[in-house]
Amino acid sequence: MVTLQINGQSHTIDAPDDMPLLWALRDIVGLTGTKFGCGIAQCGACTVHLDGKAVRSCLLPVGSIGNRAITTIEAVGETPNGAKIQKAWLDIEVVQCGYCQSGQIMSATALLNRTPNPDDSDIDAAMAGNICRCGTYVRIRQAIKNAAKTA
Amino acid sequence: MSMKRFGIAIAIIAIVGLLFAAWMVLIPGPTAFASGSSVALADYTGPNPAGVPKELASADPIARGEYLAHAADCVACHTAQGGQPYAGGFAFNLPVIGTMYSTNITPDKETGIGNYTDQQFLDALHKGIRNDGQNLYPGMSYASYTYMTDADALAIKAYLFTLPAVHAPARENRLAWPFNNRSLMAFWNAFYNADQRFRPNPTQSADWNRGAYLAEAMGHCGECHTPRNLAFALNNQRKFAGALTAGWRAYNVSSDAKAGLGAWSDNDLATYLSTGHADGHGGAAGPMGEASDNSLTFLTAGDIHALVVYLRSVPAQDTDLPRTVNVPAPASHREGVTADLDPRGEKIFAGACASCHDWTGISPLSKYATLTGVRAVNDPSATNVAQTVINGVDRKTAQGRIFMPAFGDAYSNDEIAAVSNYVTARFGAQGARMTEKNIASLRKQVAQQ
Amino acid sequence: MSISAKDAADLSRRNFLKVGTAAGGGLMLGFQVGDAFAQEKKGAAEAAAPAPAKYVLNPNAFIAIAPDGKISFQIPQEEMGQGVYTSLSQLLADELDVDLANVTPLPAPPIDAIYGSPRSHRMSTGGSTSIRGFYTALRQVGASGRAMLVQAAAQQWKVDPATLRTESGQVIDDAHGGRKLSYGVLAPAAAKLPAPQDVKLKDDKDLKLIGKSVKRLDTPDKVNGKAQYGIDVRMDGLKIAALAASPVVGGKAVRVDDSKLKAMPGLQLVVLDDIVAVVGPHFWAAKKGLDSLDITWDGGENATMDSAKMWQELRATSLKPGVVAKEDGDAPKNLSRAQDNRIDVAYELPFLSHAPMEPQNFTVHVKNGGCEMWGGSQVQTSAVAAAAKTLNTTPDKIVFHNYMLGGGFGRRLDTDMVVKSVRIAQKVDGPVKVIWTREEDIQQDMYRPAYRNVMSANLDKNGKIDAWTHRIAGGAVSVRMSGKPLKGGLDRGSLEGATENNYGAPNFRVEFIEAPPKALNIGYWRGVAPNNNVFATESLMDELALKVKKDPVAFRLAHLDGTPRLKAAVQLVAQRANWGSALPKRAGRGICAQFAFGTYIATVCEAEVDEGGHVRIRQVHSVIDAGRIVNPDTLMAQVQGGLMFGFTAALYGDITVKDGRVQQRNFNNYRIMRINEAPPIDVHIVASHEPSGGIGEPGCTAGPPSLVNAVAAATGIRLRKLPIDRDILAGRKIA
Repeated sequence: MVTLQINGQSHTIDAPDDMPLLWALRDIVGLTGTKFGCGIAQCGACTVHLDGKAVRSCLLPVGSIGNRAITTIEAVGETPNGAKIQKAWLDIEVVQCGYCQSGQIMSATALLNRTPNPDDSDIDAAMAGNICRCGTYVRIRQAIKNAAKTA
Repeated sequence: MSMKRFGIAIAIIAIVGLLFAAWMVLIPGPTAFASGSSVALADYTGPNPAGVPKELASADPIARGEYLAHAADCVACHTAQGGQPYAGGFAFNLPVIGTMYSTNITPDKETGIGNYTDQQFLDALHKGIRNDGQNLYPGMSYASYTYMTDADALAIKAYLFTLPAVHAPARENRLAWPFNNRSLMAFWNAFYNADQRFRPNPTQSADWNRGAYLAEAMGHCGECHTPRNLAFALNNQRKFAGALTAGWRAYNVSSDAKAGLGAWSDNDLATYLSTGHADGHGGAAGPMGEASDNSLTFLTAGDIHALVVYLRSVPAQDTDLPRTVNVPAPASHREGVTADLDPRGEKIFAGACASCHDWTGISPLSKYATLTGVRAVNDPSATNVAQTVINGVDRKTAQGRIFMPAFGDAYSNDEIAAVSNYVTARFGAQGARMTEKNIASLRKQVAQQ
Repeated sequence: MSISAKDAADLSRRNFLKVGTAAGGGLMLGFQVGDAFAQEKKGAAEAAAPAPAKYVLNPNAFIAIAPDGKISFQIPQEEMGQGVYTSLSQLLADELDVDLANVTPLPAPPIDAIYGSPRSHRMSTGGSTSIRGFYTALRQVGASGRAMLVQAAAQQWKVDPATLRTESGQVIDDAHGGRKLSYGVLAPAAAKLPAPQDVKLKDDKDLKLIGKSVKRLDTPDKVNGKAQYGIDVRMDGLKIAALAASPVVGGKAVRVDDSKLKAMPGLQLVVLDDIVAVVGPHFWAAKKGLDSLDITWDGGENATMDSAKMWQELRATSLKPGVVAKEDGDAPKNLSRAQDNRIDVAYELPFLSHAPMEPQNFTVHVKNGGCEMWGGSQVQTSAVAAAAKTLNTTPDKIVFHNYMLGGGFGRRLDTDMVVKSVRIAQKVDGPVKVIWTREEDIQQDMYRPAYRNVMSANLDKNGKIDAWTHRIAGGAVSVRMSGKPLKGGLDRGSLEGATENNYGAPNFRVEFIEAPPKALNIGYWRGVAPNNNVFATESLMDELALKVKKDPVAFRLAHLDGTPRLKAAVQLVAQRANWGSALPKRAGRGICAQFAFGTYIATVCEAEVDEGGHVRIRQVHSVIDAGRIVNPDTLMAQVQGGLMFGFTAALYGDITVKDGRVQQRNFNNYRIMRINEAPPIDVHIVASHEPSGGIGEPGCTAGPPSLVNAVAAATGIRLRKLPIDRDILAGRKIA
């Protein structure tokens, strides 16, 4: 049994310590907004926050998390930066198929948490680990800048 | 030129040649560094440094042979990538000399060692002579295995003969002249193969003697970790000072505090040896990863302890490697590296590496992915960083699978050089200056074709 | 939603109205009255299904109107990011006169007779055909619905329907003080009326939604994790499977050592000849179980194949005469006449994987002689047929819940994932979700075929093209899909982008020769035939321009009098891209002029190449003339994304084979462009009243030729094989 703090709630789940958080979220807790894309931390679709910082849940064993606060796409909108990013995403229609966007939004929100006014270099450094097969990158970049400008 | 002057020139060349030869020949044995003199095993009164540990004393002969085969790590060289264990076919690419392939040591009578008698097996291990009387190349570590007792060698043989026979003919070596002439190895043996069994040293502890036997006669650590002379023999004057072997850097494992293992705690060293990873020092990859998973991980705690004792005694060998940096890099990509690096390095790191390794080098996902304090990233040659990027890591350990994807197929030599330079600059003591050509050469050395 | 094909077909005969001859395949319009109808049909299966929407719908029509005025559209085309839920809703809503805020788009059930495209009479989202297929038909459906609602109001008020108008889901009678009746109130009466004949569509000036960049309807749930893709399906008792299919096409598992699996509780091993799967309570357990197996595969004949042999075979085939697909004048004769200004060349394109971000998956519960299944497919009815065939039953025994796709790109035009999942589910008690790992997704793809284009062209003394021949050699996806040989040796699906003769060569011949690859299954990939043909055509155009030392844009313009829309696009893009202005050293611009999918697009790519042969795309301009536009912003997004998809392929895409096995495994060695490589992309839309063209693919196919032409301009090196070989550009290797 492992106890996780997910989106402000405590969940005690029957999962082996080495189970990646991704599958605990999706298959046990039932939070399917966090996506499986590659399983080797190359695409970023599985990004969640640990204490506000972006991490790839596909390689994060649940046994290593402890009491740290996990935030997923389902709740990131309750944070000020998460809400700003989501709004910016919709305002300029970043999304196409949307499958990678949970991860993109989590990475972008973590970027704003750390760097309130990111420039292109910051965006490259924070977002290059998130692959979008639909090619929405141009709009992602713009949306992050727009979100940063919103008070 | 007069005849006289010609004669003098010849004489000078001959003298220089002889001095050089003498220098090359005057190489101490692997345990000669230790104080006190050694004795024949039969004359040694301490606990037997050879054989299996006490846990296996009453095990059946095959289990004992298996333990010893693991300790001697036969499988590492005698298995091709993705091939059947012990069936041979692994390629060793040596600059200038050419490519050699390991052979099949399953009991297949036609292509393996199924027809070897005990004596023939001993001759191969101790003298480097195969059952048709031809010389082996010293790529087969018989200059180390020569220290193995007959009993242990034959226990290994007994174990090998229980394996399924695999029909796998040896691949043709591709060696340049004159190395393609096996009979030359007889000369080499005369100089460099001691052809003697392990001699314990009564002035040293029982653990030391056991450790020495494991390290020298079985694990053949020096074959990778000790530099070689021009004749390709181990130069024990620089014992365990580290060397480039098969395209990977085997690190200095002497007791030097800066360049070697001197600053490692006993516990870290034991953990590294038994699991292939120690927090703060990083994990084994490449050939050491294989040695860890195929060999060291099978050793008992007592044997690991003996190895630690022995390693601790090896005199410090200085190398010009900078001291390992144990401080994480800054969290921001903007800080921490000089600006004169190829910007592609950071670009690739951002896309393919930062998710696991983080900009700080402290992995948020796995202690195995932490770069801070890892020797490979503190090696300004970046050899092992580059090889790890090219080949990835895929180790199946008792602690689970340790995995890093291989990037060699989709990233160019320039890109791998750039990211290796960036990683060593950001997380290590000194940035590497790898070039496209360096990476091409590293790829060549590990190519399995 | 959840209703079998047979039930739906029965209902359609009973209740609904055929509208408009343009509908062709039998487009239906119906109104739902309350939810009684749905209650009647609500079976156990449906009750168990996780409803992706709160609406309970009339399952067999396009429009359902609830008494509260809420409206659902059943969208026959699959939403896979291209915005089709929104654009098709715009067509319906504009003519129906309802606000999109009150509309919920939902996936239509799998019934070709109702939801098949007017173009093909089957449900298929591919080939950039959604708007082209449904533009008029759905406007007619919407207009018919509006007419019937007006008629119902007129009857109730006893007035002439011509005196009534509609707005925002209401019928309004201005002559009587502006009294109003909502569509929700009128729907029951309207549903009893006959369908109107020859309904009039709105004039352009009256359109409120069509042609406007309205907000997408599918995206709000895609930014908060609520959107459900096939892989997100959950239900009580669901098990999850990880699978390993034979790594060599046609191979078999000859031995499965499950000694380690036996020590892992709660896992079920399924061995099916060419598939080994482990079923468990969650994916992690299933995956670990699968990894614990020692499987010995017998790859059979294909196990000896590798890329070198496959290219050798393709090259040999490409030298044989092909079947003539298009002939103007006498190209061979005119080619043999002139040798001076003649180019003979071959262009080669590799196998490619689709690698959509959502790995393949399907959830199947085999029961009652059929199955219920959940997943995303670009071919809903084919998915049902494939499941039925696998279970040796009829489609009416299959209940299919279709989901949004986490990327299609043609991958989900195939049904192999359905078949494999159904086969595994046959061995499992209860529902099972089968999930492909990324490695399995890449290594078990239906790959874009490799192509070789053998081409010759010559120029007359005025520098105009005199003769042009193009022989396309490659696999025919239609043959792989249908299992039937080509009729007359010609694969129509391989010709688009080659046979149009946009440049008006007086002597013109296009041939096709089938070269089915061994060891790889081939499939449709975003951009289909133009992927290959536009690359070959636009590369040769640049080579010809160079031959006569003409500017590539000027050279094309001189040949485009017969294709004025393309000519205009080229002129405009050259202007927008500042064509001809100075660039730094080792930078260059490349042009691609393309007519495909009914759309004209001209693209200028600006790229630079460093000493190490690395290509950086600096910026891109596209001018697109896609006729009537439904949603301009969606069009721009599709062009931007399509270009990125094409650039990724040109830079990195290459599926290779060794010992019969695909060597690429995951994104570490099947590389995808990242945000720090993405250039700014400017898309300009040409206003047009011409019929709509497709927009999902033109950007994708315009990417590689414009990039490779830019690389040639930057370096003087002409690359005739994709992907771009950095060693050639660095001078370490000869092209």
